[in-house]
Amino acid sequence: MADARLAVSFAGPLVTFQDAGRRGHLRHGVAASGPMDRLAFDAAHSALGNPPGGTAIEVSLGGLILSCTQGSVTISVTGGDFATDHGGAKGRSWQVLTLKQGDKLTLRAGAAGSWAYVAFAGHLKAPMWLGHSATHAGSGLGGGALGAGQVLHIDDAAVREGREGEVERPARGDGPVRVVIGPQEHCFEACATQTFTTQPYSVSDAYDRMGMRLKGPELPLKGALSIPSEPILRGSVQVSGDGVPTVLLADHQTTGGYPKIATVIAPDLDRLAQRRAGQTLRFETIPAAQAVAIARNTAHQRRVYLERISIARGTLQQRLMRENLNHGAAFD
Amino acid sequence: MTDARYTPVADHALLISFASEISDAAHQKVIALDQALADDPPPGLLEAVPAMVNLLIDFDPLITDHTALQASVEPLVQSLKPQALRRATRRVQVCYDAPFAPDLPAVARATGLSEDAVINAHLAGDYQVLMYGFAPGYAYLGGVPDAIQVPRKPVPLRDVPAGSVIIAGPQCLITTLTMPTGWSIIGRSLTRVLTDDPDHPFLFDIGDRVAFERISADQLAGGSHG
Repeated sequence: MADARLAVSFAGPLVTFQDAGRRGHLRHGVAASGPMDRLAFDAAHSALGNPPGGTAIEVSLGGLILSCTQGSVTISVTGGDFATDHGGAKGRSWQVLTLKQGDKLTLRAGAAGSWAYVAFAGHLKAPMWLGHSATHAGSGLGGGALGAGQVLHIDDAAVREGREGEVERPARGDGPVRVVIGPQEHCFEACATQTFTTQPYSVSDAYDRMGMRLKGPELPLKGALSIPSEPILRGSVQVSGDGVPTVLLADHQTTGGYPKIATVIAPDLDRLAQRRAGQTLRFETIPAAQAVAIARNTAHQRRVYLERISIARGTLQQRLMRENLNHGAAFD
Repeated sequence: MTDARYTPVADHALLISFASEISDAAHQKVIALDQALADDPPPGLLEAVPAMVNLLIDFDPLITDHTALQASVEPLVQSLKPQALRRATRRVQVCYDAPFAPDLPAVARATGLSEDAVINAHLAGDYQVLMYGFAPGYAYLGGVPDAIQVPRKPVPLRDVPAGSVIIAGPQCLITTLTMPTGWSIIGRSLTRVLTDDPDHPFLFDIGDRVAFERISADQLAGGSHG
């Protein structure tokens, strides 16, 4: 195995290094950060046969252009439905391909989705903070944002032909985003929780790694706005004084004084994050016990899915042989 | 007996609240519970997030759930010992000289004190780390003396450098990043809250006491850490 180098010819805003995230520092004001779509990030590594959690690139709607200047490396592209151009060959995300010296890869926003992931068969080097490369975009702490002119180093870069081709997409529900009401629902007028969980909202332009501001019916607060600063989680739906809800995401503040009407359950955050400005969404309230049951069921389904896509399908030749054998058996 | 309210949050957290209004008593219970959880973590606890009047436990829903976690936390809450908290005292060096204290004249005017009196009052405060928030390493310190408490400025100032010592109402903060702030900037510190020490990356634990020490502009420029 050798090293590979990729030159960044172009990177849109908010194209960042991300690993699985640095958990455990909420008490010190540090959100875990990590990928906005954790399942797509995990799938990017599984599809390459990588161990989970290593550094990958999160690509925003701004897009990314890479040129391989040294070596060869197999990569995966997952996440939203982005358009890829690999040396003239047009494709979409959810594929594994190999970049050879001189190859150019372009990722652009495609039909749907807000975030794509590029993982590498090898070790992508990135600056670390508190043991993780996950980038906290607001502060730049962690691996940081990618910029034109930067050179990416991939140690122990491998070519894994047997993994090239399409990657099975995960099944994701398209139903309402499920929330558990609270913890500060008492700060709102009685109508607010019903409004929030029955009326449609849309994603506004104010959407970044920190949070997603929504457009829709106002959620009126009772009297005085000020509550003592309370802990915030990824998924907290906080409502500012004007009655507008914001869902806090990967780079959220860890405490704050705006009341939170509800919290999105973790299993629904990935598909929420892939929504784009202008798209509508609905929220559905569920009891906390059901939220735990969904979390357990989802964890199981994800494990099964990631194991399935982690199995190399073999080289083209091996696959053709397998097809022939299957056909032979069918006609026996 | 301590009264606490338990609120489930999403599929993976439990909020334990001791009061709805800020008080020293409520915050001491938060710290006492935080320390009790550190000594005796219940199964499934991933991390605890202490705040002003409540503490949030983030848990692994594959290991526990809201009900089971509440059952293991309740005995801890019932035997809290807010009188016996572990608190370190951390020293923070501040230069109050121009140009590092651009709002000192305005604070002096607003409080009717001389600039030196504002500085001395700030140095004399008994500070305690209440919680972190807003941004990495932003530790909210309670204990700004009444005589120099001023409200937030109406318009935030942009690009305030890291290490700025800022005050608003009863709270003081040492910034860790270049950020906008509407708080009054009364000094600049060399002491870093984000320490770059992998074994102790944050200067303060919640509940620590903080003592400010005055340094000169020369000491600030010279990078003296005392």
